[in-house]
Amino acid sequence: MAERIAIVGVGQTHHKSKRLDVTTAEMCAEAVERCLEDAQMTMKDIDNIVMGSFEVADGYYSPDKWIIPELGAVGKSGLEMQNVGTTGGVVAATGFNIAATGLFDAVLCLAWQKMDEAAGAFGRGGGGTNEYWTGQFPMSPITNFARRAYAYMDRSGCTEEHFAMVRVKQDQCAMKNEYAQLRLGLTLEKVMNDALLAWPIRRLHMCPTTAGAAACIVCPEGKAKKVTNKPVWVEDWYTCHQGGSLTMAEDPTSSTLAYASNLVYKRNGITNPPKDIQAWEVYEPASPAELRWIEEVGICEDYTAWKLFEQNKVGIDKEIPFNPSGGVTATNPIGATPVVRLVEAALQVRGDAGEHQIPGTINRAMATGYGGQGENVIMLLRKTL
Amino acid sequence: MAGRVGIVAVAQTKFEGKTLDKHTAELMYDVTRDVMGQTGLEFKEGSIDGTVAASYDLLSGPAGAYMFLGYVVGAYQREDERVLEDGALAVYYGAMQILSGHCDTVLLVSYTKESAIDKNLYEWVGMDQIYQRRVGLDFVSAAGLQAMRYTTKYGITPEQCAKVVVKARKNASNNPNAMCCDSLTVDDVLRSKMLCDPIRVQEAKPTPVDGACAMILASEDRAKKITDKPVWITGLGTCYDQHDLGWRELADCESLTTAAQRAYKMAGIKDPMKEFDVAEISEQYSYQELLWSEGLGFCGKGEGGKLIDSGKTDMGGELPINPSGGMLSGLPVCVAGMQRAAECVLQLRGEAGARQVSGATKAVAHGVDGPAGQLQCVITLEN
Repeated sequence: MAERIAIVGVGQTHHKSKRLDVTTAEMCAEAVERCLEDAQMTMKDIDNIVMGSFEVADGYYSPDKWIIPELGAVGKSGLEMQNVGTTGGVVAATGFNIAATGLFDAVLCLAWQKMDEAAGAFGRGGGGTNEYWTGQFPMSPITNFARRAYAYMDRSGCTEEHFAMVRVKQDQCAMKNEYAQLRLGLTLEKVMNDALLAWPIRRLHMCPTTAGAAACIVCPEGKAKKVTNKPVWVEDWYTCHQGGSLTMAEDPTSSTLAYASNLVYKRNGITNPPKDIQAWEVYEPASPAELRWIEEVGICEDYTAWKLFEQNKVGIDKEIPFNPSGGVTATNPIGATPVVRLVEAALQVRGDAGEHQIPGTINRAMATGYGGQGENVIMLLRKTL
Repeated sequence: MAGRVGIVAVAQTKFEGKTLDKHTAELMYDVTRDVMGQTGLEFKEGSIDGTVAASYDLLSGPAGAYMFLGYVVGAYQREDERVLEDGALAVYYGAMQILSGHCDTVLLVSYTKESAIDKNLYEWVGMDQIYQRRVGLDFVSAAGLQAMRYTTKYGITPEQCAKVVVKARKNASNNPNAMCCDSLTVDDVLRSKMLCDPIRVQEAKPTPVDGACAMILASEDRAKKITDKPVWITGLGTCYDQHDLGWRELADCESLTTAAQRAYKMAGIKDPMKEFDVAEISEQYSYQELLWSEGLGFCGKGEGGKLIDSGKTDMGGELPINPSGGMLSGLPVCVAGMQRAAECVLQLRGEAGARQVSGATKAVAHGVDGPAGQLQCVITLEN
């Protein structure tokens, strides 16, 4: 890298299913204000803005144009990015690249989704799939993850109860996160008896529709050290996309997560992921996916993650601190979700996550973004470089 | 900043009004495989690291270029990021990926099939929800208001605007990829139907236009190994203006002036009119070539009309603007900015054929997005 870079401020809205009290631009400004306050900066200090949402799910065209004035950012450099579900990850990667050139002092990364304003079903179902192959089937994320989940059950030998255990763990974490949308106080029984959407996916297993925004400020080393005594260093990132469809995959439970995380581990000398990484914020659009993702990032062997839940080893203060914020089944402003993961991972590294802080020192954290039918963005953070 | 960024290959489709026989993915395939063939690069470690696409979901259909880049083009499990702006911004960001040291070689692609959509309808949705959309403003009427304000404030005549179109179509006759290259006269332009006062039909970019453009960027060391004719990106600048037209002085394009200053500062350009040999700019309407010329510093404020009268911007003049024919001879939105940069590369390599500006060594490419030129992007290039 030309310049080492660090996250110097983070901010997010309180995520809700509906935000009828604000416009999209006002909602974005809320996250940006919190982010600037966290960094103890003003808009004057920012010289480049990268933003994005999954436009089609919001029903907008080119919203950066009318959000920029609302942020007080007229006259700044910047651009809008979008890559379906991984949008937030791509927004962050773009911010990382721009900051690492050393041409700018402070880059603001902003992502949002306001799903109370549009019928997101087209964007999340039809628009996100290839029009010739999977687009011809009713392949929404729900049926997509149903297919993944029962293939996983078939290969691993786990039962529906294990999926429910994952969902309860996620909810227990979300209960401790004031920004999370769904904080339900779930029990295994409640999840098992919830409405079935597409077997084995129940309503509670699927990520909700959310209105929310998240932002972070990235600076090159020199500037970062000046503005904060708690910089969170960005060690590496990779925006892994493959296209294609589930029907082409040899293993329908898999995604690019294993490939991408191994690539990033190799580049950064990570040999034992569960030991070298102390905090995980991994984008799981449905609770059964969390099991496969735990395996794909290298925490345990393939098709064994469900045993970790049986042994009660996953949780904020447990052996495997996976998604301490409650994750995506609790909160899912699609385009912003990867930035929410990044924000939460950065808070863990700083030790500022509050009630859902993982005990002990977090030297390294991993955040990811997920999209389409297996695309992943990896973001690796460090306390010290 | 890690060294310079070189453009090592460019490709474009022929631009046509309707490409019913080609899917978006095929347009993308044609141009990407073209630049890969020119350089011998593939999607594998130590070759092409990733892709940056420029397109809008609403203009191109599929929500994500990677769906085709993955298994149609072969960028499987590569880094892919998509810019939701004009293609010039993809060049801007692709260069940043290399300047950051994160990537060595990046493939850029932009594609749009305007024939598949109602461009005006989507551009209307591009206006803010509360104030401007409700009065029916779209990008065409925003341009009409800007043209009226600009021509009125500075006394720019209809003939001066019409000359821009005549020049564009004449230049386009030298460009085999251009869509329109009919020889028009000033009278023909001024007699065409009114589109949005004072803009006449012939003074607006033809719509619909389909096509795609691609290029490969590489770090300095890589670029020198890949080709003996690299073209260097020397300066990059972008700037956002106000969205609400009422909050802007529409007769002056402040955001372009700022974007140009940012790029020129990086490139060390002091006198753009003298230093550049060729300019390829994004003029969706005739008045814009004059106004953008002012923003790019080719002349003073309000002097765009005099500039076209002087003939300095004609082929053979001091600074030929749009030897390719520009957007007025037919380019799709989103593709335009990247295609402008690609044309500059052809000029600087001496490969522009009948539209070649002899001995060109420095060029400037310009892209624009949003209503009345709200987001501007300037890229300076050198051979």
